[in-house]
Amino acid sequence: MKKILNTPISSEDIASLRVGDVVFLNGHIVTCRDVGHRRLIELGRELPVDLKGLAIFHAGPIVVKDGDGWKMISIGPTTSMRMERFEDEFIERTGVKLIVGKGGMGPKTAEACKKHKALHAVFPGGCAVLAATEVEEIERVEWEDLGMPEALWVCRVKEFGPLIISIDTEGNNLFEENKARYNESKGPIIEEINRQVRFIK
Amino acid sequence: MDKQEARRSLTEIMAKFTGYVGKRLPQDVLDKLAQLREGEDSPLARVVYDSMFENQEAADKLDRPCCQDTGVIEYFVTAGADFPLLGELRGILGEAVRQATKDAPLRHNAVETFVEKNTGDNTGTRVPWIEWDIVPGDSVTIEVYMAGGGCSLPGAAKVLMPSAGYEGVVQFVFDVITSYGVNACPPLLVGVGVSTSVETAAMLSKKAILRPIGTRNPNPQAAEMEQLLEKGLNDVGLGPQGLSGKSSVLGVHIENSARHPSTIGVGVSVGCWAHRRGTIRIAPDLSYEILSHKEAVL
Repeated sequence: MKKILNTPISSEDIASLRVGDVVFLNGHIVTCRDVGHRRLIELGRELPVDLKGLAIFHAGPIVVKDGDGWKMISIGPTTSMRMERFEDEFIERTGVKLIVGKGGMGPKTAEACKKHKALHAVFPGGCAVLAATEVEEIERVEWEDLGMPEALWVCRVKEFGPLIISIDTEGNNLFEENKARYNESKGPIIEEINRQVRFIK
Repeated sequence: MDKQEARRSLTEIMAKFTGYVGKRLPQDVLDKLAQLREGEDSPLARVVYDSMFENQEAADKLDRPCCQDTGVIEYFVTAGADFPLLGELRGILGEAVRQATKDAPLRHNAVETFVEKNTGDNTGTRVPWIEWDIVPGDSVTIEVYMAGGGCSLPGAAKVLMPSAGYEGVVQFVFDVITSYGVNACPPLLVGVGVSTSVETAAMLSKKAILRPIGTRNPNPQAAEMEQLLEKGLNDVGLGPQGLSGKSSVLGVHIENSARHPSTIGVGVSVGCWAHRRGTIRIAPDLSYEILSHKEAVL
């Protein structure tokens, strides 16, 4: 059975979800990445979309004009860590409940997810056509002056996913845990290789 | 064919090929992904691999770029000095990118630096980026490479003192991959350049990921180091998307040059699982052969 979240998402809806769980999303997700975050946090500009209870997608899509509207061609996640500097304040200011991207995010975001009851989830990177087929409609676009990748595309989605929870509302952080393990395991591996690559003698 | 007609024709071929490379992965990459998928048994790794294969099917069926990030397009040209359109090639490749951006379509990725404006057609100052190698002959071989932002971010190069030895190279590769690789869409193709200075090592590391997967450096010690790094990185177990698993990499390729006695330059370039690379060979009469995608029809 697919576990499905609907927007607007409440804190209760996501309280029991834990890192590693897989969910899908019905409702609204808005693309927002580097410049969108900078404008809100650094420049103090109001976001043109009310994100309370909604989801943002760290993504810059390929879209084409379709009559009066737009058609989603390809939309995969981008590296979430780029937004780490701004995301805690972003969560606090907007009331966004779900952040979707790829790779992990850092301790500041994990802390904010715990404090404001929000989630970070991973959509498998590079799976951009799969994601596009789960976008029912692009309802509108804001900040189009930023160009195709950076504009805010407001999308209505159906069973959008798989979304793998990487930070939960307790502040558990799947990627940070994994990274610590990877870094720990590499020492003996490197030592073993180094014994065999002493080519300078 | 007069020159203008030839120019138009080659632009058309390269526009179509560039669009094609954005949509379908080369066979060696698909084969390797299938092999790695077999080896993974954790539920999360399975979810990710299933999505990857579902995505490639959808991209094929709907004729769309398989990853939204079509990169800043790079061409690696091995040009015969007697190829009739050699002097026109830069203009032709620029025009091909503009056309592919419209027709494929490709995401508008070229942001003019300092002006900080998206040009809207994937061209700009020195973009598409072109690397040249002039060789004897009258045909031209062109590699198209689309590196997304995610797999460009880990890229790094530095110059080590000889006392660091090849052990320093190993350390550098592991540090880059375990710190930044998880965000770059593993399983990764890791390119390592061993050379003199930052720019030569960096360029060789990029050339390394253009080699077909699993090919080995002709030097036996370099080939051995490729295998050792590959096994070692797999043992770290990044798994698909860095969610942990049995493997980390599609492969490790090393390209090398002779070095200055006082330095060891090392560069690392990373290709993501959606490794969009294509090779086309064009004869002087503009007949062509696609070497990377045998099934391709432009």
